[in-house]
Formats: sequence, C-alpha cells, structure tokens
Amino acid sequence: MNPYLFGYLGAAILALSALSLTRKNPVHAVLYMIVMFFHLAVLYLGLGAEFLAAVQIIVYAGAILVLFLFVIMVLNIKEEMEGERFSGGWPFGIAIASGLFLLVVLITGNIVPGQQGPYTPGVIAAQTNTKLVGTLLYTQYIFPFEIASLILLVAVVGAIVLAKKKLR
Amino acid sequence: MVPLQWYIWLSVALFMTGVFGFLTRRSIIMMFLSIEVMLNAVNLSLVSFAHFLNDLRGEVLALFVIAVAASEAAIGLAILIALFRNRATAQIEEVKEMKG
Repeated sequence: MNPYLFGYLGAAILALSALSLTRKNPVHAVLYMIVMFFHLAVLYLGLGAEFLAAVQIIVYAGAILVLFLFVIMVLNIKEEMEGERFSGGWPFGIAIASGLFLLVVLITGNIVPGQQGPYTPGVIAAQTNTKLVGTLLYTQYIFPFEIASLILLVAVVGAIVLAKKKLR
Repeated sequence: MVPLQWYIWLSVALFMTGVFGFLTRRSIIMMFLSIEVMLNAVNLSLVSFAHFLNDLRGEVLALFVIAVAASEAAIGLAILIALFRNRATAQIEEVKEMKG
C-alpha cells in the first residue's frame, strides 16, 4: 500500500474515532463511526482482504450501527445530552490509555514475523481471496463456524426475551 | 511499502482510543460504541498479520470476531432497553443496585 494513502487512512481513522467517542449527541457519534468503518474497509482492501472489507461495510456499518441508531431513537434520551459527558476520571483514562500504548509500541518495535503460511499473493491471485476464505471456513473451521451460528441464535433469542415487555 | 509495525501501531492507537472512551464516558451507549472500536482495532491487527504472514487464518478469525460483536451489540442494546424501561436512565453512575 502507498505510504501516503496509509497515512491519510490512519490519521482519518484515529481522528474520526476520537471525534466519535467524545461527542455529546450519540447520533453524531454513530455517524462519525460509520465514516470510520468505511475508512477501515479501504484499509482492509489494501491488505488484500476483499471479503472482509465487504463484510465490514455490510455487517458493521449496515447492521450493527443501524441497530445502535435504532436503539438511540427508541430510547429518546434528551436529558442524557444535557449532563456532563465524561465521568470524573478522564485524566486517569488518558494516563492508562497512553501508558498501554507506549508499552505495546516499545514491545512491537523490533518484531520479527514468524513462520510464513501457504497463502502467498500468487496463490490468492489464482484462486481469489473470497474463495480461499470460504474454503477454510467450511473445511478446517467448520466446527467454530457452527458455534458462531449458535452464538448468533442465542443472541437473537436473548435480545427478544430481554427487550420484550411481558413474557407470557 | 508500509511495514507491519505501522499497522500494529495504528491498531494499538485505535484500541487505546476505545479504552479511553470506555473508561471515561458516562453514557452506556457510548461505552458500547467504545467496545465496537476496540473490536475493530483487534480485527485490523488480525487482518494485517494475515497479510504479512501469508496466512488466511487471521481473516477467518476476524470473521468470527465480527459475528461475536454483532451478538454482543444485540444483547447489550436489549439489556439497555430493559434498563431504560425500569430506570429511565442510560447513565452508568445511576445504576448501582449491585453496589459495585
């Protein structure tokens, strides 16, 4: 990937997420987050993960954040927007976040990539990324895939049970 | 070419933005949004490792993370609706029945 493109995408992702998490109005925060997810999808495209970029836009921007917007509209939180937006410990939060960031940067400064896998760019170009991911998902990872579907089923049932007014 | 470290540092910075939001925001909705940011940061590092190690298992794992994030958002927002129905608040400091 072009370093300038990476610089723009990285700066935009960080700025948009910081903007999003400091907004007072949750609707504005979700809209900033959607733009951030689109930038992240472009970054995935640059890393050769086409299927994941599509899933990022469809599932994250299309489903999860719309669910957030839906709940914000249902709850009608007017008074939430008038109070203080941060709790008292925000210097503590900045200290913890920047300390952990420095720690990980120090550790990963001279990281050496481990053993290379079999999916070189030539193999991926011959078979396409989507087909290879699908093949892995339905052969080697079929059992985790079924567990993921079970988790989604539990989430559907649990969400209905929790949000329903009265269970008969 | 962009080295692997840049992607990892971007991912860590994104994760720490989420950590800061989760620790400091008072609204439960904003805390859920911070969790989504953190999960996306982890996904970014998984995809960049998959690219630089020529191994697609990272992308498969990122798909599972997205599935878990979707169910977490559904359950969390349902809990938020139930809480709002009983307490008419979405501020984390107002919810103290458990004496936590």
